[in-house]
Amino acid sequence: MTPFPFSAIVGQDEMKTAMILTAIDPRIGGVLVFGDRGTGKSTAVRALAALLPPIQAVQGCPVNSATAADCPDWFTPTGTATETRQTPVVDLPLGVSEDRVTGALDIERALTSGEKAFAPGLLARANRGYLYIDEVNLLEDHIVDLLLDVAQSGQNVVERDGLSIRHAARFVLVGSGNPEEGELRPQLLDRFGLSVEVRSPDDIETRVEVIRRRDAYENSHASFMAQWQPQDDALRAQIVAARQGLAAVKSTSIALYDCAAICLALGADGLRGELTLLRAARALAAFEGAAELTRAHIRAVAPMALRHRLRRDPLDEAGSTTRVTRQLAEVLP
Amino acid sequence: MALDATSGNDRPGPAPGTPWANAQLALTLLAINPQGLGGLWLMARAGPMRERLLAQLAPFAPQRLHPAMPADSLAGGMDIAETLLAQAPRWRPGLLAKGGWAVLSSAERTSPATAAMIIDQARMAGAKGQPTALLALDESATEAEALPSPLAEALGLFADLDGLALADCPDAPMPQQKITAAQAMLSGVTLADGALSAIAQTCQILGIASPRAALFCMAAARAHAALQGRHVTNTADLEIAAALVLAHRATRQPETPPDQAATPPQDSAPPPPPPDSPQTDSAPPDSAPADMADDAPPPQPEPATAEMLIASAQAALPHDLLARLQAGRIARQMAKGAAGAGARQASRHRGRPLPPRSGKPGAGQRVDIFATLRQAAPWQKMRRAAVQGPHASQGPTSQRLLIWPADIQLKRFQARQERALFFLVDASGSAAVARLAEAKGAIELMLAQAYARRDHVALITFRGTQAELALPPTRALVQAKRSLAGLPGGGATPLAHALDMARACVAQARARGQTPALAVLTDGRGNIALDGSANRQAAQADTTRMAQALQAMRVPALVLDTSLRPRPDVQTLATALGAELVRLPRADAHGLSATLGAALGRDLA
Repeated sequence: MTPFPFSAIVGQDEMKTAMILTAIDPRIGGVLVFGDRGTGKSTAVRALAALLPPIQAVQGCPVNSATAADCPDWFTPTGTATETRQTPVVDLPLGVSEDRVTGALDIERALTSGEKAFAPGLLARANRGYLYIDEVNLLEDHIVDLLLDVAQSGQNVVERDGLSIRHAARFVLVGSGNPEEGELRPQLLDRFGLSVEVRSPDDIETRVEVIRRRDAYENSHASFMAQWQPQDDALRAQIVAARQGLAAVKSTSIALYDCAAICLALGADGLRGELTLLRAARALAAFEGAAELTRAHIRAVAPMALRHRLRRDPLDEAGSTTRVTRQLAEVLP
Repeated sequence: MALDATSGNDRPGPAPGTPWANAQLALTLLAINPQGLGGLWLMARAGPMRERLLAQLAPFAPQRLHPAMPADSLAGGMDIAETLLAQAPRWRPGLLAKGGWAVLSSAERTSPATAAMIIDQARMAGAKGQPTALLALDESATEAEALPSPLAEALGLFADLDGLALADCPDAPMPQQKITAAQAMLSGVTLADGALSAIAQTCQILGIASPRAALFCMAAARAHAALQGRHVTNTADLEIAAALVLAHRATRQPETPPDQAATPPQDSAPPPPPPDSPQTDSAPPDSAPADMADDAPPPQPEPATAEMLIASAQAALPHDLLARLQAGRIARQMAKGAAGAGARQASRHRGRPLPPRSGKPGAGQRVDIFATLRQAAPWQKMRRAAVQGPHASQGPTSQRLLIWPADIQLKRFQARQERALFFLVDASGSAAVARLAEAKGAIELMLAQAYARRDHVALITFRGTQAELALPPTRALVQAKRSLAGLPGGGATPLAHALDMARACVAQARARGQTPALAVLTDGRGNIALDGSANRQAAQADTTRMAQALQAMRVPALVLDTSLRPRPDVQTLATALGAELVRLPRADAHGLSATLGAALGRDLA
């Protein structure tokens, strides 16, 4: 069954925006979605993948390389011909072994012919796409560490049995979870580009609409998909246009100053906050077709770019979102 | 034939049948629509009734799951023994790879991670057209035990076999032919007009947040209609769905009895539209799917209303069961600070074994020999070729196992931390003296339980202008009792001081490697500021600040309102603490202890 249409997700605008921004500029880094159960976290990720335009990849390339030159040295392309592939979205199941994530020696060839060969793992498949982890806070810590390292460096390195393998692994990491089961360590939080909090809708009209659409999706699938096709197409076109327009978005020094000022006021650690904020704001400007980055763009993305980077202030836990909004009102009126 | 007796569509009242009939019906509906309903949460201890129910599944050869199941058998992986024998890789599929029936025993002992993995596996199989019908057997004996929330969320149906006699449980096989017939027509069953908004309102009024509940409810109603051979759901279908899907998820009860609930309760913020007009669900025309039941005029003259569904849901479960489920939810919430990093701690030496992982031996790590050998085994042929390469004829080497550093697997264990339970007891004049006696009684009972569980208990009292650590964290029952007996009452309420002291104690407990939790017994009306002045405004500001500081430390907390009449102060305190608020309108020591036990005493093993 084709995934639920992205445009048909009711509400949850912040989550949808965050995902669209990473689709426009993958360098923003991953998205962390924390919140109540049944708020459409998984649905949104799968929907986004179906929404994104397909990519061109060298035929047979296990890491979805765009050109023959990009292919890793352990794979010999048969030619320069490319094929069209869906933007990969790889599910990382809980309980996955390290070997399956990074790839390992090909056990079949080792057994049968005693040869060393590399069998690519999930990271290879996710290159140029999305890696999705549901219940990220329940994943074993060492796997999360590994993923974040690779996501940051864009390279997967496997050393084993005298074999040294590396390949590109640039993907957008999307993690979702329910805070009831435990929090993520702050060191990990900080490495996600954007973070959004989702909540169950609490007004009856929204709730009716949510279940109505879900019901239509499941029980009159074809007509429901057809109904939302135009909206999804329009959104896809807008994302593609934004990708092309991204480089042209001017960021004035005032905008850079604004980014620094809000990060400073919030005491966000390191420079990662500023960079993510700037990239996300530029992506938003491109999405809206603006020629120049404005304060409004920065204000709009500041909560999702910064709320997970705040130091915990023991005497002020009004909630990170409130703290960001409060500082925004003061620093960037 | 119990099934026929209960599923009769001419039953007018809300009573959907006996618990046994409900359980059987739930199983049948699950068989009809496993993809839409996910599973059945069955509260049942081992016993003949449960056996009788499970016997119905025997023809389907259900997969057996248990909470201590290792990840690789759930998710599948390489079968090393087979692989070595065959000299070619042999993969073992995950247990749920083929879908079908699966029975999870002792479901309440499943860790959230294992639960999430089971659900993940079932979802992946479902996506391949092999839906899983999961039957989770909840054998909870105390209020402190509860199903992990990922599982509670993913199982659509609920049934309870507690307190049934075998004589009430007539044996009846699953109506296989009816199920097959129902499956065939399931996709053609539509919802009656207004059903959607009735379900949504019911969820709202019962305080059910997740939209998934509503979807399960619709799926159950459809399956029931299909079982009855109807193409449009009617009121009876929805009532049964509400009883099986929504009843146990209720987090609050409507204030008025269901038969008088003509108006929606006041506590739901936006007044829902009048539920008896079937056209209430007027969504924006462009967003509503046009084909929704337009062509099928409702054959049912009277559409189901939220009131009827609520009545049905309320009738389905005994009140004390709801209270227990609620206690379980509180317990889960209380455990939240501990579930991630705190209470369970990876240890090198003791505790429950975890899957080994690769690493370098040293610094007290223990090598898992068996896992290491297993890791090395498949590569022997390849390595031998590499090592012997040029002079392959040298005999003895070919017999030796070649273990390389990357093969080494280390043992890991999961140790449990001790818990330290801090009682903050308001001994001021505003907390009536009688309440103080109750609190003392409850704490004594808690102490006895804590002793059995080896928890540490501490007591902070506050009255006059100071908070006092009346009892440092201890497991000594006698000492605790003595210090409680001498607890004086009366005076002002230095609540902020008490919270400040709790903050220091919590930090200390953490430093000792304990998992702290707080229980605050107060009316929330602090009136002494931290500087010692009797300034009410400043006192409340200080109290809120201190409470927020505690919340920032992520200490699980519970506030017990000891005032005779609920006031907003205590709610403010609970919100600032991020704590669950429990009102005890007329608590005695046993009631108090039971509530506390549920909230704080959840076994985190």
